Amino acid sequence: MSTYSQKKGFGATLWDFLTTVDHKKIAILYLIAGGFFFLVGGLEAIFIRIQLAVPNNDFVSAGLFNEIITMHGTTMIFLAAMPLVFAFMNAVMPLQIGARDVAFPFVNALGFWLFFFGGVFLNLSWFLGGAPDAGWTSYASLAIASKGHGVDFYLLGLQISGIGTLIGGINFLVTIINMRAPGMTYMRMPLFTWTTFVTSALILFAFPPLTVGLVLMMFDRLFGANFFEVSMGGNTVIWEHLFWIFGHPEVYILILPAFGIFSEIFPIFSRKRLFGYSSMVFATVLIGFLGFMVWAHHMFTTGLGPVANAIFAVATMAIGVPTGIKIFNWLLTMWGGSVKFTTPMHWALAFIPSFLAGGVTGVMLASAAADYQYHDTYFVVAHFHYVIVGGVVFAVFAGTHLYWPKMFGTMLNEVLGKITFWLFFIGFHLTFFIQHFLGLWGMPRRVFTYLPGQGLSASNMVSSVGAAFMGVAVIVMLLNIIITSVKNVKVGNDPWGDGRTLEWSIPSPPPFYNFKQLPLVRGLDAYWLEKMDGKKGMTPAEPLGDIHMPNSSFLPFMMSLGLFIAAFGAMYHVDKEPWALPLMIFGLLVTFGSMFMRSVKDDHGFHIHKEDLIDDDEKGVKA
Amino acid sequence: MTSNQQLSSGNPSVDIEYRRKKNAEEMRYQVVSFSLMIFLTLVAFAAVAMKGFTAWFTVPFIMLLAVVQVIFQLYYFMHMSHKGHEAPSLFLFSGLFVGLVTVLAFSTIIWW
Amino acid sequence: MHTEEKMTYETWPAAPEKSTLEAKNKFLGFWLFLGGETVLFASLFATYLALKDKVPSTSHALAKDLFELPLTFVATMLLLTSSLTSVYAMYHMKNFAFKKMMVWLGLTVLLGAGFLGLEVYEFNHYVHKFHHTFTSSAFGSAFYTLVGFHGAHVAFGLMWILTIMIRNSKRGLNLYNAPKFYVASLYWHFIDVVWVFIFTVVYLMGMVG
Repeated sequence: MSTYSQKKGFGATLWDFLTTVDHKKIAILYLIAGGFFFLVGGLEAIFIRIQLAVPNNDFVSAGLFNEIITMHGTTMIFLAAMPLVFAFMNAVMPLQIGARDVAFPFVNALGFWLFFFGGVFLNLSWFLGGAPDAGWTSYASLAIASKGHGVDFYLLGLQISGIGTLIGGINFLVTIINMRAPGMTYMRMPLFTWTTFVTSALILFAFPPLTVGLVLMMFDRLFGANFFEVSMGGNTVIWEHLFWIFGHPEVYILILPAFGIFSEIFPIFSRKRLFGYSSMVFATVLIGFLGFMVWAHHMFTTGLGPVANAIFAVATMAIGVPTGIKIFNWLLTMWGGSVKFTTPMHWALAFIPSFLAGGVTGVMLASAAADYQYHDTYFVVAHFHYVIVGGVVFAVFAGTHLYWPKMFGTMLNEVLGKITFWLFFIGFHLTFFIQHFLGLWGMPRRVFTYLPGQGLSASNMVSSVGAAFMGVAVIVMLLNIIITSVKNVKVGNDPWGDGRTLEWSIPSPPPFYNFKQLPLVRGLDAYWLEKMDGKKGMTPAEPLGDIHMPNSSFLPFMMSLGLFIAAFGAMYHVDKEPWALPLMIFGLLVTFGSMFMRSVKDDHGFHIHKEDLIDDDEKGVKA
Repeated sequence: MTSNQQLSSGNPSVDIEYRRKKNAEEMRYQVVSFSLMIFLTLVAFAAVAMKGFTAWFTVPFIMLLAVVQVIFQLYYFMHMSHKGHEAPSLFLFSGLFVGLVTVLAFSTIIWW
Repeated sequence: MHTEEKMTYETWPAAPEKSTLEAKNKFLGFWLFLGGETVLFASLFATYLALKDKVPSTSHALAKDLFELPLTFVATMLLLTSSLTSVYAMYHMKNFAFKKMMVWLGLTVLLGAGFLGLEVYEFNHYVHKFHHTFTSSAFGSAFYTLVGFHGAHVAFGLMWILTIMIRNSKRGLNLYNAPKFYVASLYWHFIDVVWVFIFTVVYLMGMVG
């Protein structure tokens, strides 16, 4: 059982990834799938900007434009940003807490495949009669009137991938609560682990309302229910509430892991411990709590009444406080540190002003009375791109460069990395800064074109040019990945030289059991502490012994595939297709049959024997 | 996942008879709480069956009875009163809190 | 320690549901899942409350026309009692009395099946006597979705308990399956918790008006 990959055939590697329950391989799957959907969503963004570059453009039709903006938003949030942060959580969090595995390796794999099949299902809509066109929020008044199957693809696809996210969140929570290494108390956990913890809790409570909302709309569209059918007593505001009770925590689900990644980068490259660690933890938890109190600020103009608007406005502004605490802590971490300007540090430094700008417009939007002016204009578009791109996407780029060596054992090229950064950074501000003004000048969002002579033309062109910069930046990054992978120069445990947390104390990539002996954690930044004491590695907390590991399984793939098939059946059932109902039943049989198999077949995993571990070590020295 | 991360499966020196007695004692509490739950249910149904009360009394009253009954379920039947339920309580009550906010919103700021 | 190890009355731990790391993970993970389920049912309750008695015309039956005390009372008693029988099952599990545990679990399944039967009868009754269907009004959609979701949970719970009963009927209790029985019983209690709110909020409050 060697961990160092012998040459394996393509088929064997593919089967390995299809059946893996190893969190590090699942991380790679999330990275690839999330990266792919990021490219798809990015392409859609480029199409949007081409269409809007000049007035009266006819690059795409109005209907197609609606489909593109809907799919851009949905893809980027659910299929790109979420899986990409999940990739880093899977790759790094178990290593950071000194665990050999996650709590539920099988469930972890199932979560990935559900997300993957949900995403594929959603995107197949492009080829099967048209994509959803009711916006990524899919407001009921629009969505139940939408012709064709576009919105059905949205409902079923998100339902499937949403279940995957939910069980993934439970897995992370239990892992962090139950599987920390000896000495790893809660207040010694790295910040990225803390943000993973709070994010997972948000997932646990935010996804059920989405599930319910999607079920209700699915019942309306596919099975003749009347939740949103006003003439039958229904009420479309219910969807808006359910969606945003999910939707607002969702943005914190995205941004908190980003905060976590930056909270790792600042101390590493300032070579100084994180300033105000406990206040960072406090702020993270507080943001998580407040995240559930503010959803109605998306609905100020719905007509909730002045009392409700006032309450939600104040609660929203309150979130600025913990976020401000974090910003100051990051700044003070760098203060007096010896800062190294690596690629991840570039992204981290650029993140602060960019995200801050998004935060400031957030406070502007939070004031309910003023929001009546901003609502549904490009000001809002600028705001949420500043927080999501300036926060989450910057973090994903930063994390990719930071953790690439830990995940793949080789370093991305720093020069190309910095080129990516500058192109993207300039392109980002070029695209979105001007959109604040477009919004204030009255350009509504979600329109497919505008007339000349309204003072919008030049600014829109500027915005589109910026988008091109970002596109080129992503291409440079892809080239970087290809070049790096071809060269494949292997690196050691701590390639950045200043790693502070446990993941840097083990080989890159780590052996599949992570830690041969569980490390003894003596404080915050455990690995850094040992280095400062002049030691080469962690002190083991246990003698060398047999290691218990879970078996691979193909069942997660089959369970997800079953739901994927059943979703087609459910959808075409409405068209009275004779094959639809049998197909749905077949799909459900595949899923429940796999669940039954899982239930009756005992899976005790296997043991790696002590002798093999010693053997591995010697090979490691040679490699 | 390894043997050394596990806590020991229970102290062999624990007196089995003592444990058996404790289990039996707990079971008696369970039966008592079950009787109370049945009683609370009866009161709730009776409050609705007797037409004499206004809705302003009946609705809060039966809600209170439901809450008390659920506390019995959670703390006795689901053993939340036992040690080692700190994380379960935290997450259950967080879920309950989010749920209550949702119900509150849906009974106040949905147009009707 | 191996989870398949043959256990005896003497070696059986005090808390078999969390005596291994796998078991502890399962225990905690399932509780967290129940936390999420709480939000799920709360959302359904909220939707029901928002759409209660929302019908397109006065000819449609409202909550106070539909519900009857005796039927709901019998259903409630069945489910509450099944909660107690499942507590008995866990009591015998802790005492390593496999046969007795199976008997009580069997009773739980029977009571649950009785509850489901009543629910099917009830829905049928509403559809045929009152033309109160899933598609007849927003009220109908909300009612059948909330109560039906609960019913689906009951059905799933029955299948689950039956599956692990049959799977383990030959080999008795060990540390691998004890957490499974325990978690299934937690699920069953949670179903009962939801029902307490359903009979209060939907049926009793529906009859009060």
